Amino acid sequence: MKLLKCPINGVRPVSEFIFGGEFREMPDPSKATDAEWAAYVFYRDNAPGIKKEWWFHSPSGTWFIAERNTATDEVLTTYLLGKKQAESTV
Amino acid sequence: MPFRLLKYALNREYKEPRFFRDCQTPKKSYDAIIIGGGGHGLAAAYYLAKDHGITNVAVLEKGYIGGGNTGRNTTIVRSNYLTPDGVNFYDASVKLFEGLSEELDINLFYSNRGHFTLAHTESAMRTMRWRAEVNKHVGVKSRVVGTDEISKACPQLDISCSGKAPIQGALYHEPGSIARHDAVAWGYARGADSQGIEIFQNTEVQSIDVRDGKVHGVQTNRGYIATGKVLSAVAGFTPRICKMVDLKTPIVIHPLQACVSEPMKPWLDTILVSGSLHVYVSQSSRGELVMGASLDPYEVHSTRSTFDFVEGLTSHIVDMFPFLSNVKVVRQWAGMADMTPDFAPIMGKTPIEGFYLDAGWGTWGFKATPISGKTMAATMANDKAHDLIHSFRLSRFEDYELTGEKGAASVGH
Repeated sequence: MKLLKCPINGVRPVSEFIFGGEFREMPDPSKATDAEWAAYVFYRDNAPGIKKEWWFHSPSGTWFIAERNTATDEVLTTYLLGKKQAESTV
Repeated sequence: MPFRLLKYALNREYKEPRFFRDCQTPKKSYDAIIIGGGGHGLAAAYYLAKDHGITNVAVLEKGYIGGGNTGRNTTIVRSNYLTPDGVNFYDASVKLFEGLSEELDINLFYSNRGHFTLAHTESAMRTMRWRAEVNKHVGVKSRVVGTDEISKACPQLDISCSGKAPIQGALYHEPGSIARHDAVAWGYARGADSQGIEIFQNTEVQSIDVRDGKVHGVQTNRGYIATGKVLSAVAGFTPRICKMVDLKTPIVIHPLQACVSEPMKPWLDTILVSGSLHVYVSQSSRGELVMGASLDPYEVHSTRSTFDFVEGLTSHIVDMFPFLSNVKVVRQWAGMADMTPDFAPIMGKTPIEGFYLDAGWGTWGFKATPISGKTMAATMANDKAHDLIHSFRLSRFEDYELTGEKGAASVGH
C-alpha cells in the first residue's frame, strides 16, 4: 500500500487521499481576458517532472500541497499552502 | 503452404521477408515526419501514401512498432458515443475496420460481438437512453434493452451482481467488436512500407526545430532530419513532445491498467461494460478474458502496474460472474492515457505551422485507429482540418466549445 503524509494527520494510506491536480496561480477573475482565463482553466505544464499539486485528505477534509515527481511517483514533500517545510516525507 | 514449410525446415536461413523493411539510416529530409509508430501514426502514414500520394515520409518510433498503447488496450471497437460529432467519427472508424482485414491483407481477427453497456442505476439508464437516441439519429445501431435480453446474450452473468448493484438494463450496440491490436499496427506498417514509407524503430526524437513559429526539422538519435511537417502521434508521450515545441495542452497523463485471465473455452460471446462496477470484459480469440477497469486516480507518467488494480477489478468481475472465482489472472499491464477535460481527442493543426497533433486519446484510442489515420493524413496533406475532426481541434478550449463525451466513456473516471 502506498503511503502519503498529510501535514495535519501524518502518514496515511494513499486510498484516503484525493488528487486535486496541478497547483496553478489564479489570475484576477475581474481583470483576466477570456484567453488568460481559458489558459488557467485548461492548459497545464503537463510534461513529467517535479510538480506542485493539490491533494485532499478525505477523512479530515484537509487540502494541502504535495511536491511530487510525476515520472517516478516519488513524493518529495507535503505541506499546507503557504507553510512550506523543508523536511521530506514518505 | 506445407511445401513452403518443408522448404524452410530444411533451409538454414529463414528467407521469408519481414513485414516491413528494417530502415536504419534516415535521409536528410522528408516531406513529412510522423513521430510514433503505433496504430495511429502508421495509419496516418499509410493513408498519406494511399489517399494523397505522399510517400516521402518517415515514421520514427522510440521503441518498437505497436509497443505503446496500441499493444496495451483492450481491443474494443465501438461507436456508441454521446455527441453526434463523436458518433459520426467513430462510426466512420467502425466502417473502415470492417473492411480492413481485406484491405491490409492481414487477418485482424475482427470479431463482431455486440456490446452491452450495463446500467445499474436510474441515472445510468437515462444516459443509455440519451446515447441510444443520439446513435439512432445518426444512423448507428444502438438501443436500450432490458435484463431479459442481457441474460439471453450472456446467461452466465449474475444480473443482481451478487446483490450489490442489480443491473436494470443496458445500452446494446450491435456493431461492437474486438480486433487483434498487434495485427492492426503490423498491417498498417506493411501497407505504408510497401508504398515506400520508411519506418525507423529505436529512433527517438530529441528535439523539434521550430523557427519563426514554423517546423523545420527534428533532431533524433540518428541525426538531424529536415521536414516542414511533423505529426505527433505518441499517446501518453504527448506532453513530452509538446514541451519540445513549447505548446501547452489540457492533457494529463494517468495510467490505465488492464489484465487477462488464463485461457478458457469460449463462453463469453459479447462485450460487457459496467460503468458502476468499473469493468469491461470480453473473451479474446485465444480464450483469455481481457479485462479493464478505470484510470488510476492520479497523474503518473509511467507504465507501472499495481496490486490495487487487480484486487479491485477482480472483486467486481466475481460480483458479475461468481463462477470465475477460481480463475487465475496471468498478465497485467498499464498504458499511459492522455486524458482531456471533455473526454474527446485533440486532433488537427496547432498554432505552430507544420506541427500536427493526434493526441488526447485517453481511454478511447484503439477504436479510432483507421479514421484518425485517414483524417490526419488528409489534414496534413491539405494543411486544413478534415471535416470529421473539426470539433476535436486544440483551440476548442480557448473557444469554450468543448465536446462533452464523458458520458460515453466505457467506465466512470
